[in-house]
Amino acid sequence: MRKQLNAIEFHDVSLAFNGRRVLNRMSFVVRYGEAKIIMGGSGTGKSTLLRLTLGLIKPDSGRIFVDGEEITGYAEEQMMAVRQKIGMVFQEGALFDSLSVYDNVAYRLREQRVPEAEIEQTVHRMLRFVDLDDAIEKMPNELSGGMRRRVGIARALVGSPKIILYDEPTAGLDPITARTICELALKLRDLEDVSSMFVTHRLKDIQVLAEEYVVRDDEGNLVVEHEGGRLCLVNTGVIMLKDGDIIFNGSDEELYAAADPYIVQFLDRPSADPQSAGA
Amino acid sequence: MSLIIRGITQIQEITLLTWRVLRGIFRKPFYLRETIVQMDVLGVGSVVIILLTGVAIGAVLALNSASTLKRFGATGVTGQLVTLSMVREIGPLLACIMLAGRVGSGIAAELGSMLVSEQIDAMRALGTDPVKKLVTPRVLALVIVAPALTVICDGAGVLGGVFVSISLMNQSAGVYLGSVRDALDFNEIVGGVIKPLIFGFIVAIVGCYMGLSTEGGTVGVGRSTTRSVVISSITIILSNFVLTRLILALLLER
Repeated sequence: MRKQLNAIEFHDVSLAFNGRRVLNRMSFVVRYGEAKIIMGGSGTGKSTLLRLTLGLIKPDSGRIFVDGEEITGYAEEQMMAVRQKIGMVFQEGALFDSLSVYDNVAYRLREQRVPEAEIEQTVHRMLRFVDLDDAIEKMPNELSGGMRRRVGIARALVGSPKIILYDEPTAGLDPITARTICELALKLRDLEDVSSMFVTHRLKDIQVLAEEYVVRDDEGNLVVEHEGGRLCLVNTGVIMLKDGDIIFNGSDEELYAAADPYIVQFLDRPSADPQSAGA
Repeated sequence: MSLIIRGITQIQEITLLTWRVLRGIFRKPFYLRETIVQMDVLGVGSVVIILLTGVAIGAVLALNSASTLKRFGATGVTGQLVTLSMVREIGPLLACIMLAGRVGSGIAAELGSMLVSEQIDAMRALGTDPVKKLVTPRVLALVIVAPALTVICDGAGVLGGVFVSISLMNQSAGVYLGSVRDALDFNEIVGGVIKPLIFGFIVAIVGCYMGLSTEGGTVGVGRSTTRSVVISSITIILSNFVLTRLILALLLER
């Protein structure tokens, strides 16, 4: 019997599209409750990792485990059950154009034939979580980019999945909206114990996710705090991809200290000092 | 060579999709509401253009045939000629090629855009099989609606013929309609409805397949749309020959 320590595991996973290697014997794990930031340039296979985890595509070789269950050989019908445990936030939100915000968020429950009263309650709760209850009757084309992604997050949260996959949720957004999205991810990690893979190429996202955390203060309000100079207990790791290989897997501090020229170039910060980075 | 391989691969994939659609009809969950919505969007939405084309073609048929028949003093069978042409060939072909243009293209464009904007992936991620949710209702809707639209097209054609015969050829409506009645028997009508059943299926499955196999962003959506119209129209016209042969042998020439 496998001991379930990790929410997601990749063992020697390889994948090629039209003869071009996208992933090269890739292995890593995402622990329960951990947020794993996946970084790398465009076309390095970041989004492919998420699609493999969801079983939307199959690897050429290697094994993938989700919540202790090997999904590599699963047929589409078997994957449906696994996908109930996973929420996916797509790059541009991928909202259903023909459905209102309400119906988009309600989609999963409608498919499960949940009573309408219960659906309504859940949809309102989810939209309140992403602070969008006033947009409930709008159609996706009436929303801004940031709102679409927040609705995407609300939709992914329905059914309280324990694993959430974010596909560049902050790309192309203004810094304030991007921060809002990161804070939502923090809330899910720190309050709901959600494990996640967070694909991004924004350095600011690493700073927020790896150096900040959410707690409830004495009045029960949610407060975002910065780790500052204290011992880092934030449950976040960083993976850096390059040409289908993992060239870095560790903490944010280790990333800033890495000597690899590609990482140094990527961070655009030749002599990074983690203490001063996010202060 | 690669073109041949691509063609064979596409036929294989369309066959697989057909199999998944047929299997989906009998397995839960059932999407009855989607099917009815599609019947409305694809079918009811097409009634006006089908009526218009039917009337126009029926009128032209009467116009052409009546002048020829007049030389043999046989203008009395104009109604029969128009009706048989409409019910056997022109009605099913015209209605379903119009459907390929109006509806097949729409299906390919809609599913193609959903694919490139990751909505199909989102659907799968949310635990829904897109074939059952999107393809099966469209196929069912068109298989039901295409024969109905063909009957409407046939009727419109006959009416178009009546209009021309009375107003331009100075025939009596009684003579025309009498010859229409002579032309129609049960097998004729059944034969005329079998064809659009198959054609409707072709339009839906080709449109869905082309949409779901879209590659290359919005340009790809345009390409899929064009391909769906071209391939379904050609398939309809080619299969029409085989179907006509079968229907003649099994129903009409016994």
